[in-house]
Amino acid sequence: MVALDPMMQPTGEMRERLEDAAQRLEPLMEQASEFIVRCREVRKVYQMGRVEVQALRGVNLDIKRGEYISIMGPSGSGKSTLFNMIGGLDKPTSGSVYINEVDLAQLDAYELAWLRCRTIGYIFQTFNLIPVMTALENVTLPMIFAGVPEDERRERGMELLKRVGLAERWNHKPAELSGGQQQRVAIARALANDPVIILADEPTGNLDLKTGREIIQLLKELNEEKGVTIISATHDLKMLDVSDRVIWIRDGRIAKIEDRAKIQLEAALAVEEELVEGAE
Amino acid sequence: MTRRGNMTAFGLTREEIRRQIQLPWSEAFRISWRYVTIRLGRSLVTASTVFLSVAFLMAIFTMVLAAKAAGQELDAPTRARYLWSVIMGFMICSVGIINALLMSVTERFREIGTMKCLGALDEFIVRMFLIEAALMGLFGSIAGALAGSLIMLLWGGFRVGFGVLGNIPWGFQSADGSLGFLGCFVVSLVAGTLLSVVSAIIPALRAARLQAADALRTEI
Repeated sequence: MVALDPMMQPTGEMRERLEDAAQRLEPLMEQASEFIVRCREVRKVYQMGRVEVQALRGVNLDIKRGEYISIMGPSGSGKSTLFNMIGGLDKPTSGSVYINEVDLAQLDAYELAWLRCRTIGYIFQTFNLIPVMTALENVTLPMIFAGVPEDERRERGMELLKRVGLAERWNHKPAELSGGQQQRVAIARALANDPVIILADEPTGNLDLKTGREIIQLLKELNEEKGVTIISATHDLKMLDVSDRVIWIRDGRIAKIEDRAKIQLEAALAVEEELVEGAE
Repeated sequence: MTRRGNMTAFGLTREEIRRQIQLPWSEAFRISWRYVTIRLGRSLVTASTVFLSVAFLMAIFTMVLAAKAAGQELDAPTRARYLWSVIMGFMICSVGIINALLMSVTERFREIGTMKCLGALDEFIVRMFLIEAALMGLFGSIAGALAGSLIMLLWGGFRVGFGVLGNIPWGFQSADGSLGFLGCFVVSLVAGTLLSVVSAIIPALRAARLQAADALRTEI
């Protein structure tokens, strides 16, 4: 590679070659940064004894950076399976899942661990905090795996706890925290290494209505503040309000992808329809 | 993206990726210590098997030393019989530890899956379990060695008189080169801790094989 002196303007042939390369790379660069998750013909078949269960029957999906996506569907629809595929928790029987243009099936154990540590943050329905550790220690655990030194860990951990509103409870163990508080700690933990994606599996599943709403609100705020892509598999209809797109899954296939603008329009139209019928 | 030589999919070399995922021994120790001390009841189950085996071993050691001090050297067949009993005791203890730790792994499947989701490698999980086992083995051994030797000293004292016990070589080595009391104590500690760690290998490997997806499972 020739190191270019910034003061020196490339001329002639060199300039042409550079412009050529820039032109070739630009669409690739745009493409690389636009879609953070891509699924291509993802199929998953489970062998349950003698019976073959087709959990996913060819899913094609593109998720843009910074989007807030909800995957919705009834039980047994393949929602959790798709979630596992996207999160690198399971491998498809055929087809590919790309995160940041990286094919997950090609990763070895170290790379997968690196991906989970630094690129993806996970939030679970059952919170999944380590019970023997305090809130701060739970939040900083991913930082330990990422090799962050202790002082920096503590500082960042406290910042994250402050952001989710639990700074005074840094020293409490999960048993001393309510469900909503535990989920907030889990959210802070998911953000520990500044991930690009947050994967949330039924984040409000074990929470009451009010707390669930607060958590959804928190996730939306973080999505807007940090630009982190949020992909959530959920039953909760409250998610519809904050999602950029909703992906409906049924029988292992994508039944429908709805845009938020469209959902709101349809809801408004439905209300209008009702009012009109009522008036008649 | 294809691989080019040593460059992996993330634009880092394989070595760089390996170096960036780490669990320093000090941190592993801290986490394991936490598990051992907080789940004290469960830890005591494992530690008590080590306690009993090491108490037995140390009692035998003390008896041999006391007998020598009283001038009643034990003959070879008797020593062999005692050795055999101790080995049997250790084997039983080992099975007990394996059992208790396998149960522990089953109970902690969700935590282990979660740690994998946070980026833990298989070897981190193994490391944590082995350190836990070492800690429980060490504490069990210390307590066991103390208890075993104390009981045997008291009993020996009543049988052959406490004055004779003064002849026991208390240091690491006795006059004729064989192990003294302290030497036996250390050997018992090492034997108990080693027993605990070696028994923990099977459960630790089982724990390491758990998948990140287990964090999402509702039952084991």
